[in-house]
Amino acid sequence: MTSLTDLNATELGEAVATGETSAVEVAQAHLDRISAVDGKLGAFLHIDADGALATAKEVDDRIAAGEKLGPLAGVPLALKDVIVTEGIPTTCGSRILEGWIPPYDATIVRRMRDAGIVILGKTNMDEFAMGSSTENSGYHPAHNPWDITRIPGGSSGGSSAAVSGYEAPLAIGTDTGGSIRQPAAVTGVVGHKPTYGGVSRYGLIAFSSSLDQAGPLARTVLDAALLHEVIGGHDPCDSTSIDAAVPALAEAARAGAAADLKGVRVGVVRELSGEGYQRGVLDAFESTVDLLRELGAEVVEVSCPHFDYALPAYYLIAPSECSSNLARFDAMRYGLRAGDDGAHGLEEVMSLTREAGFGPEVKRRIILGTYALSSGYYDAYYGQAQKVRTLISQDFAAAYERADVLVSPTTPFVAFKLGERTADPMAMYINDLCTLPASLSGVPAISVPCGLSTTDSDVPLPVGLQVMAPALADERCYRVAAAVEAALNARRGHPFMSDAPALEGAK
Amino acid sequence: MASGITRDEVAHLARLARLAVSEDELELFAGQLDVILQSVSRIQQVAAADIPPTSHAVPLTNVLRADEVRPSLPRHSVLAAAPAAEDDRFRVPRILDEEA
Repeated sequence: MTSLTDLNATELGEAVATGETSAVEVAQAHLDRISAVDGKLGAFLHIDADGALATAKEVDDRIAAGEKLGPLAGVPLALKDVIVTEGIPTTCGSRILEGWIPPYDATIVRRMRDAGIVILGKTNMDEFAMGSSTENSGYHPAHNPWDITRIPGGSSGGSSAAVSGYEAPLAIGTDTGGSIRQPAAVTGVVGHKPTYGGVSRYGLIAFSSSLDQAGPLARTVLDAALLHEVIGGHDPCDSTSIDAAVPALAEAARAGAAADLKGVRVGVVRELSGEGYQRGVLDAFESTVDLLRELGAEVVEVSCPHFDYALPAYYLIAPSECSSNLARFDAMRYGLRAGDDGAHGLEEVMSLTREAGFGPEVKRRIILGTYALSSGYYDAYYGQAQKVRTLISQDFAAAYERADVLVSPTTPFVAFKLGERTADPMAMYINDLCTLPASLSGVPAISVPCGLSTTDSDVPLPVGLQVMAPALADERCYRVAAAVEAALNARRGHPFMSDAPALEGAK
Repeated sequence: MASGITRDEVAHLARLARLAVSEDELELFAGQLDVILQSVSRIQQVAAADIPPTSHAVPLTNVLRADEVRPSLPRHSVLAAAPAAEDDRFRVPRILDEEA
């Protein structure tokens, strides 16, 4: 018999709505699964069992009273710890916020609560979302359910591990340079970065404000679309929020799964493949491009020459914005305070606190950003990076004249071993090669599993296909991703995640 | 423009950023930041003199709200998270240093 934790979000929502099961049973099954496997995965920093069961009970009561709730009512979710939650600890993966209990909910949290989504707890992440492996967590690393000696990606690695490890059918991640898409790709799940401004940032602890965007992770494209519809839309509390209706995303996902891709022009980005990419990644990608052709899509090659400069542009812009944003952690209003012994003045207490509370990657980026913004270097680094950002957007605009969506591998390589890249920051940064252009240009992009690589590791590991679309056209990402997902499921005879090994001592 | 960053520069930047870095960290960061800077310096090869900068992906206009009084968070719930509070206020260390 299938257990409740094997079901996807759409199935669980239906089972709760029809009374086949209760939201409380669903929540309890997932909490039990977390107890059984999270010692291995390290996906959670905080588990809110009481809160989850209370929310689930509320959903059951509302359904019993005849209320008609949305499709995700009673469905459990794992929330990245970068999103503030009233009354529930929020650390952003940092020791500087250890034990902090926010006095308010982020807008997306309020929307999920209104939709009856059951928040199970807060997920592990690279400190302040800086990293690609979750090894920069101030608490403990997270592990990839496909091979627990490997990274689950980052910075939303707790969220990807939770969904891939069947601890939750849904998760929220945030993406600044690839932090939803890359973890989704390396753990074999779906992750979407919405158009910048499509989802409210109110209550998202800022790292790089012009890039940060929250979005869904799930085991199916339709589940991700349904969650995106809940969290998306205009918010007066976020002045960068777009005042436009959320596109019909679930409808696009259903349409993509049900039909072919005739009439869709797909651009393969020449600069996002080739040297530096693992053979198994390229094989899976190339066979997916063939599949797109078989589905009726018109495949063209496009060139975006400035994408080659996305990596340096990003690693100047993001640290610059971080050095400014993280100035708020000054030991005065919340979080850690160190050295306040009467002998040290305010500035010394600030410095001692930040030294004690921040990890090495956060310190590196603050120093790098401070450098890039200093007078004498500003034009050569930060100013130049902003100009390159314009050129990248121009490359996108030219490419979208010839194609409706652009595709690439989501990452140059499959999940690597924990510890393999921690000593060399550049070796870690190169993970973001394919995801950075969409971040810098603010366009939407999804990662959907497209195959397994067996050539680059001793175990089969997931490869992700990235589908990018023009700003505000998120529905195109969902449509194409759903078509790929459905065609691969049909060819394989079962969903992608069924190939994942069972975690020992569970399932 | 030449890239490269010295240990003294890192110490100066850390001071500006209010980070009391240790000697070991200075050594480590100076080496790592030098490698990162050399890599990102590549961006200066792009001819972009006439290109306008992009600060935000989506063009923004200033957003104003009506000048109306709205309830704020209650004082006790804000001060509950403070590292130190006294007389309904944040308590902070002395602001002026002896040498100032």
